[in-house]
Amino acid sequence: MTVNPSGWRPTTPANEPGSADAVTGNRALMLEEPLLFEIGSTEQTGVDIAEAAQGGDRLGDLERTRPIGLAGLSEPEAVRHYTRLSRQNYAIDLGLFPLGSCTMKHNPRLNEKVARLPGFADIHPLQPVDTVQGALELIDLVGYWLTTLTGMPAVAMSPKAGAHGELCGLLCIRAALEARGDAREVVLVPESAHGTNPATAAFAGYRVESIPANADGRVDFDALKSRLGSDVAAVMITNPNTCGLFEPDMKAISDAVHAAGGFVYCDGANFNAIVGKVRPGDLGIDAMHINLHKTFSTPHGGGGPGSGPVVLSEALAPFAPLPFVEKQGDRFVLVEEETVGEHHGRSFGRMVAFHGQMGMFTRAASYMLSHGADGLRQVAEDCVLNANYILRALEDVLDAPFAKSGPCMHEAIFSDRGFGGGLATLDLAKGLIDEGFHPMTMYFPLVVHGAMLVEPTETESRASLDQFIAAMRSLAERARAGEPDLKAAPVHAPRRRLDETLAARKPILVYRDPKAAEAAE
Amino acid sequence: MRYLPLSDPDRSAMLAAVGAETIDDLFRDVPVEARLDGPVEGLPNHASELFVERQLTALARKNLVAGEAPFFLGCGAYRHHIPASVDHIIQRGEFLTAYTPYQPEIAQGTLQMMFEFQTQVARLYGCEVANASMYDGSTACWEAIGMARRITRRTKAVLSSGLHPHYVSVAETMAKFTGDCLNVALPDLGPETDAERLIAAIDSDTSCVVVQYPDILGRIADLTPIAEAAHAHGALLVAVVTEPVALGLIRSPGEMDADIVVGEGQSIGVGLQFGGPYVGLFACREKHVRQMPGRLAGETVDAEGKRGFVLTLSTREQHIRREKATSNICTSSVLCALAFSVHMSLLGEKGMRQLAALNHARACEVADRLARIPGVRLVNQSFFNEFTLELPVEARPAVRALADLGVLGGVSLGRLYPGADALQNGLVLAVTETVTDEGIEALEAGLGEVCQ
Repeated sequence: MTVNPSGWRPTTPANEPGSADAVTGNRALMLEEPLLFEIGSTEQTGVDIAEAAQGGDRLGDLERTRPIGLAGLSEPEAVRHYTRLSRQNYAIDLGLFPLGSCTMKHNPRLNEKVARLPGFADIHPLQPVDTVQGALELIDLVGYWLTTLTGMPAVAMSPKAGAHGELCGLLCIRAALEARGDAREVVLVPESAHGTNPATAAFAGYRVESIPANADGRVDFDALKSRLGSDVAAVMITNPNTCGLFEPDMKAISDAVHAAGGFVYCDGANFNAIVGKVRPGDLGIDAMHINLHKTFSTPHGGGGPGSGPVVLSEALAPFAPLPFVEKQGDRFVLVEEETVGEHHGRSFGRMVAFHGQMGMFTRAASYMLSHGADGLRQVAEDCVLNANYILRALEDVLDAPFAKSGPCMHEAIFSDRGFGGGLATLDLAKGLIDEGFHPMTMYFPLVVHGAMLVEPTETESRASLDQFIAAMRSLAERARAGEPDLKAAPVHAPRRRLDETLAARKPILVYRDPKAAEAAE
Repeated sequence: MRYLPLSDPDRSAMLAAVGAETIDDLFRDVPVEARLDGPVEGLPNHASELFVERQLTALARKNLVAGEAPFFLGCGAYRHHIPASVDHIIQRGEFLTAYTPYQPEIAQGTLQMMFEFQTQVARLYGCEVANASMYDGSTACWEAIGMARRITRRTKAVLSSGLHPHYVSVAETMAKFTGDCLNVALPDLGPETDAERLIAAIDSDTSCVVVQYPDILGRIADLTPIAEAAHAHGALLVAVVTEPVALGLIRSPGEMDADIVVGEGQSIGVGLQFGGPYVGLFACREKHVRQMPGRLAGETVDAEGKRGFVLTLSTREQHIRREKATSNICTSSVLCALAFSVHMSLLGEKGMRQLAALNHARACEVADRLARIPGVRLVNQSFFNEFTLELPVEARPAVRALADLGVLGGVSLGRLYPGADALQNGLVLAVTETVTDEGIEALEAGLGEVCQ
């Protein structure tokens, strides 16, 4: 009998002894795990809670009458459930994670330790400000590092993630334009931009127009200049851009945009490539979000939480969102709705309930102080060196569309040109899984056919890069030879390729008890 | 530097391998005038782990820690006991240092957890489906208003006066730019919620009514009549829950016919952390799922027919739809969702009900004791673990005076509604399982003192 019929079972070749299916569905350290709702019960619990005193009922006659349907586990069962699940994940802690644009660098454990100090982890956002002076000072400290590293005069700390930071920047721009009675309707976004850029511009009420890239993978400056005019509110530029290239015309672009009365938003997702080497403030930027979970090593956590503070120019600073921290004498104050009139009456308002991602600020502070100004400069240099090392080691076996025009910054881009047998980027990426690596970013940016964007980061050793390069060379050769096996990759992962079309056509988004599902049909 | 594996000989050899003489050859696209000659000025150089820990610990020590004082704050962030195993699990590197699960074959751990989380949230809220989390409750609330606009193609939202004022502020900020028209009001220091005002305000232009449950003053009112009134006009009911533990004891918004239920999940598994990161919860009817923002995990099968999970319905999202996406959201709050989900699994049905019962019993006890202080009036007839007192003095200075006595004694309505004269004597107190008998005595004594 197979205890876990739905689960993963390794394929043992039939001609080997002992080739029968596992009784449990597991093999050695390859452990399957059913759903919580298949193993837990409404009677089981992993907490001991004191008995409540009788007699309290002030619930306004709204006492719950139906069960919630929550499955419970004892502590040993819960620890095992989640530990088994964790082992089906790839992670930076397991190996090189070359996701271009995502910056999967090592997450130092000191960051985790300081974020858990009770003085940071166990304070309430609405405590009287005199009881949280250390927290406000920490926010001010991170703000100081960000403004100093970017050469910008101000920073808004509250945005919760990169895209939220983009929104913050665009709302500052819109507020600044409205303040001077200048209704502009258009935001220009390069073709190679992250999807969040046009989505954010649309959310902020702008019409989005695309700017083409030139043959070198940079913004087509002439096309941009010719489109500028009195209807253009802002240009959103990623620099270094998503092809992994620095925009050498950045200052000239900023000057042209400013001359036309618009603002320059810089997507700071790739700031890690230039931190300590270039200050965006020297390039005429008006607003730039900084993903603390990229450049400043706070963990990605499987998809957040992130943190996206936005540095601002003098022109935009007065419109920054509430709340923010200010130093008055030797005391830190939190400027909220109440005190805003005195200091900062043109703020565009509040973006989020409290003061931003404090838990990420503490981690970023730990990282900044650890690296220091000299170490951060080394971070930029090492990540750029690592990316170029990969670029030059692979350009003879993979098409590297911009390699001839010069070095890349922190990430190297390749295309699927030259693949045989109907193989595509997806197949090479899945083949990389069988080699023990996480795939690179695929099919982004859109300006390169079958794009493969490889970002090693500075926290990889040379030996690790060499191993990755060897795997990539082998896969590139197999892809060029049109080896059909690659279509089936991965074969060694906890799952084979998953049917995404089925998932979208008939969405199953929550667990339904088989009995309940049967009764419903 | 301890986080950088390359040695100087590595760097030299690698520079030679890429055909560069110096590192600056690789930065040659950066115009010379924009390049810094050396480390950025005004910042210290690298420091040891010992030094950094010492420096940050010194800052942490300047704060009054909730766990070290009698503590009664709520209003959107609650202090509950978090089992030790929760933090252990979220610190496993396979969860902590993974990315958004775009490669499902090697991300089943995160994806299955997201699917389980979605199921837990949907069941807790009494809804058909839920997403894999938002930034926090306030942004989830705004996204729900936007979703209602897309579904109804109407732009007028009616917000309850009992909605957290920061949530109202966030919605007002966004509405300035999207053109939504918001009907808002200040709460009264009375036992009744503003259900009548809401019902009267609904018309054929209304996209949604937004009601917090329990509300900012802790009051609990039946949502059914509001749902009926909204539906009669083709509008949606958006319910907002800032204290999810309440739903262990009171009826879920979904049961009362709410169309979209959103809220803050911080109470379960996620610490106070001075306001973030938290975890926004978002649930709705299945028929509206394609208008929902945020990440969704869905069940499917792999090439061998085995069950597995993937991110799905991504045609709603920015990386596919760009300017036509339902939201610009990219990052959610998955690690906090994991903490929520682990804590919820440990609680289970039984633990959740016990925890809620204990919170309510404790709150009833404290409310009755404090209401006996001369001049103090209990505003609420109904509440879960949070209630409002009307003091004989202004609450904001009272809270500061309590803090001077070492007691973190609630949130003053003066802090939340600085301009509203009628609310200045209001004090909102939250009582969870973490309060102690000594803490209650200290609060009672302190409040008696500051009310004189």
